[in-house]
Amino acid sequence: MKRLLSWVVLVPLTILSTAQQFPTGKSLIEKVDKNMSANTRISLSRMEITTSRGNRTLEAKTWTEGDEKSFTEYLAPAREKGTKMLKTDEQLWIFSPSTDRVIQISGHMLRQSVMGSDLSYEDMMNDTPLLEQYAATVDAVEIRDGRNCWVVTLTAVKPDVGYYMQKMWIDQERYIPLQIEMYSKSGKLLKKIEMTDVKRIQGRWFPMTMVYRDMLKKGGGTRMTFLELQLDAALPDGIFTKSSLR
Amino acid sequence: MFLLKTALQSLIGNGLKTWLTVFVLSLSFVMIILMQGILQGWSKQAIDDAQRWEIGDGQYWSAHYDPWDPFTLDSSTVAIPESFLPMIHQKMLEPILITQATVYPDGRMQGVLLKGIRANQQLLEIPTAGLVGDSVGPVPVCVGAYMARQLKVRLDDEMILRWRDKNGTFEAVDIRIAGIFKTSVPSVDNGVLWIDLNRLQQMTMRPGEANLLIKSPEVGVSQVEGWEYKSIEKLMESTLLLVKTKSVGTSVFYIIFLLLAMLAIFDTQTLAIFRRQREIGTMVAMGMTAGQVVRHFTIEGTMYAFLAIVVGAVWGTPLFWYMSKVGISFPVEAADFGVPMADVMYAVITPGLVIGTIIFIFLVTALVSYLPARKIARMNPTEAIRGKVK
Repeated sequence: MKRLLSWVVLVPLTILSTAQQFPTGKSLIEKVDKNMSANTRISLSRMEITTSRGNRTLEAKTWTEGDEKSFTEYLAPAREKGTKMLKTDEQLWIFSPSTDRVIQISGHMLRQSVMGSDLSYEDMMNDTPLLEQYAATVDAVEIRDGRNCWVVTLTAVKPDVGYYMQKMWIDQERYIPLQIEMYSKSGKLLKKIEMTDVKRIQGRWFPMTMVYRDMLKKGGGTRMTFLELQLDAALPDGIFTKSSLR
Repeated sequence: MFLLKTALQSLIGNGLKTWLTVFVLSLSFVMIILMQGILQGWSKQAIDDAQRWEIGDGQYWSAHYDPWDPFTLDSSTVAIPESFLPMIHQKMLEPILITQATVYPDGRMQGVLLKGIRANQQLLEIPTAGLVGDSVGPVPVCVGAYMARQLKVRLDDEMILRWRDKNGTFEAVDIRIAGIFKTSVPSVDNGVLWIDLNRLQQMTMRPGEANLLIKSPEVGVSQVEGWEYKSIEKLMESTLLLVKTKSVGTSVFYIIFLLLAMLAIFDTQTLAIFRRQREIGTMVAMGMTAGQVVRHFTIEGTMYAFLAIVVGAVWGTPLFWYMSKVGISFPVEAADFGVPMADVMYAVITPGLVIGTIIFIFLVTALVSYLPARKIARMNPTEAIRGKVK
């Protein structure tokens, strides 16, 4: 009986004490943001899209300023070469060399897939800081890719978010997410992002490979690999203007 | 009567040549009636089917609703006006809520239009009774046979449906194919999933909202702010335009036959006037005026039309009957074609169509017969009797 009582008292106490050792979700997300965000970024990336119909590989150079401005020029394959994408604040513009036209992607068109990948334009556009949209709680400690991670659950506090809930596995030492899962309101897993090949770039830890997966469909997802990455580099003048699209 | 008698004797005297011309002309006559009859039948069937499956006795569209632009669906989903509610309660108006969604049959991704309709509706022929489900199992939906083939699903198959609610938040649920129906109206089949209206309103967080309302014949048309009434004629405009375009397209076939027949008649008439100069000269010498002789030859040519109609009636009537009663099946799928189109099409042959075609054939034949006969007026009777022709 004594033994049982000790279990009844001790186990919750142990759990409570462990829980108390968890950092707050907010502080973790802030640390992740601080680690991963840079004032400017220039990257050369490769996007490998694996679907049940076959594979496609795209290469692009991207210039980014903060979370709101980015300019992408596709370099390969030949069919997409010269396609440019400009994102400024709330707007997204695309220049297609084959039609020699600049079109604005807006409204529901933002929900379409980018170049047939598992990413939508909206996923690309979403630059609202997570803490403005979600309440974060740390639920557990788990191991991912051999590293200790905090498991953080983000629950929407605003009605107009795409994913009602997200789960993030954050590396306890390097403060980068190693896996993100996105859920519907009813708890169905919709998308998953796995980050690997973490490297130290100019004093920051950064995952050089990200695999995006639409969990409802078959296919290997979309693998995004950074071939080159410069953080806080000087950007060309006027790159975030519509005139740079042509 | 004398003119008719001699004209008929001359024609029959021409033997096989006459009957060949008559047959080709009868072919044209029957084809005109048959083709136009099929197109009229298609037009009638398209309107009937569309009324039974989709448009009822007309529709009220919310101000921004544009069926050709799915990107405007969200902005065109509005609250149903209170003035409509009693009629909805009496099932004289049927609200439809439409939203974009994605289904994942066997892990494949396919965009669909999710249309909400009341499970107990009686206005349309869509079998909606099966849309009533329980609150725990997969959500029942029904699809058209073409859509079922596109999705590669069968009755009771399950798959995941993903959509966004009013605020843009993703939601997903398991659905079950509770019904597969066959229709000749592609817009209720191709790319469409039917679901219970109340459930869709809950799923999208749009209670009491709709994009359009279908009207029954018992309801009069009224002006409601923010809603626009679309009559059957307006809703069927594009289909009827297509039928009209097809009508012009198919006319090429019978115009070719008609041209062949007219060419034969023209040729025969020209040759007859050349060969029968002595006869023409004699006619004039015996007191007939040039006008009377021209009329004689014109009537003679027009008799081809008369014979063609008789011959056409002989072999065409059983064909018309067959096409009206048994119909003709087309291998093309209605949903592929994009407009309402039944598997079997029936010709609708009206007296107006037959009489109109007869008049048309008579007029064209008379004109073609008259043109070479004009030459007679310029003939010198004495020279014609001597067989000297300029």
